[in-house]
Amino acid sequence: MTKTPNIAAPPRIDDPDDILERAAAWRAAGRRVALATVVKTWGSSPRPVGSQLAVDDKGAMLGSVSGGCIEGAVIREAMEAMEDGRARLLEFSVSNEQAWEVGLACGGRVEVFVERVE
Amino acid sequence: MKTATLKALLAARAAKTPAALVTEIDGGAQTLLCDRAPPGEVAIGAALQAEVDAARSADRSGTAEIDGKQYFIQIFNPPRRLILVGAVHIAQSLAPMAALAGYAVTVVDPRGAFATELRFPGVSLSTEWPDDALTALDIDRRTAVVTLTHDPKLDDPALHVALGAYPFYIGALGSRKTHGKRLDRLRAAGFDDATLARIHAPVGLDIGAVSPAEIAISVLAELTRELHGPKTGGKE
Repeated sequence: MTKTPNIAAPPRIDDPDDILERAAAWRAAGRRVALATVVKTWGSSPRPVGSQLAVDDKGAMLGSVSGGCIEGAVIREAMEAMEDGRARLLEFSVSNEQAWEVGLACGGRVEVFVERVE
Repeated sequence: MKTATLKALLAARAAKTPAALVTEIDGGAQTLLCDRAPPGEVAIGAALQAEVDAARSADRSGTAEIDGKQYFIQIFNPPRRLILVGAVHIAQSLAPMAALAGYAVTVVDPRGAFATELRFPGVSLSTEWPDDALTALDIDRRTAVVTLTHDPKLDDPALHVALGAYPFYIGALGSRKTHGKRLDRLRAAGFDDATLARIHAPVGLDIGAVSPAEIAISVLAELTRELHGPKTGGKE
């Protein structure tokens, strides 16, 4: 009989509690924080609607809004949102290269809402 | 998002109570809908409330357009639950895998030697008899029940309770032959064929699983398919 290792259930890599807890903890520590949330997807987008990414003013992040292909651009926008306090809606797709210089390798399209935690 | 809103949302999540966050995309005004939520910024009219209710019952976040305004409705429901009857080898693999997939797992086994913290670190355990345990767990449609003991004394009482409620998935470990005998017993207990057809048995997708971990994968795969349905409509 094979032996099953006694491992505790690992934390979920995209646990929404964790992401929001971290955002709240960063705020409580006096850091500026922005939240990015996938609000709409078309085609084969890598992360479902509701997926979130928390970013602080040092560029620390937790969570994801894609398989990694648009996070860089989202973090840049999140930094700007921390500065100006304006919520914004970002759209990414393969055909939208000139706007963002990033694309979704999977051929999907995704809308990401970015807001500052006040 | 206001910090007060974030805190109320986290409190609702910690209390395992449902919450919904409505965001007006243009400008980012928000209203949180849950117990002890701070006053909202977005007026929730009848049309928007209907969208929130639909998103809640579908357990799915999404956008809605009302009177030319775009809203994002984010649903924060407590985790789906998986109740495993039988603190057996397969459960030792399935419990952590299901936790990774987002389920709150409870393992039920009255045999105290099986349901131990050592064998199931960090997993919620019940050593009550399965019928008492499942009744106390108050099965709803966001719950799945899987029996794994192979022992009718333990599996059958659990199935009685599960079939009397509406979990989104009921699975029972055992070969076709074992399941045939199980169906005979359940029929004798008064369950009709339509009710018994709700039991997935043999449990799990047929992927040729052999080891406990592989069987756990096949069960988790079948749970996933039950939740979302195959993308190809099963034609592929």
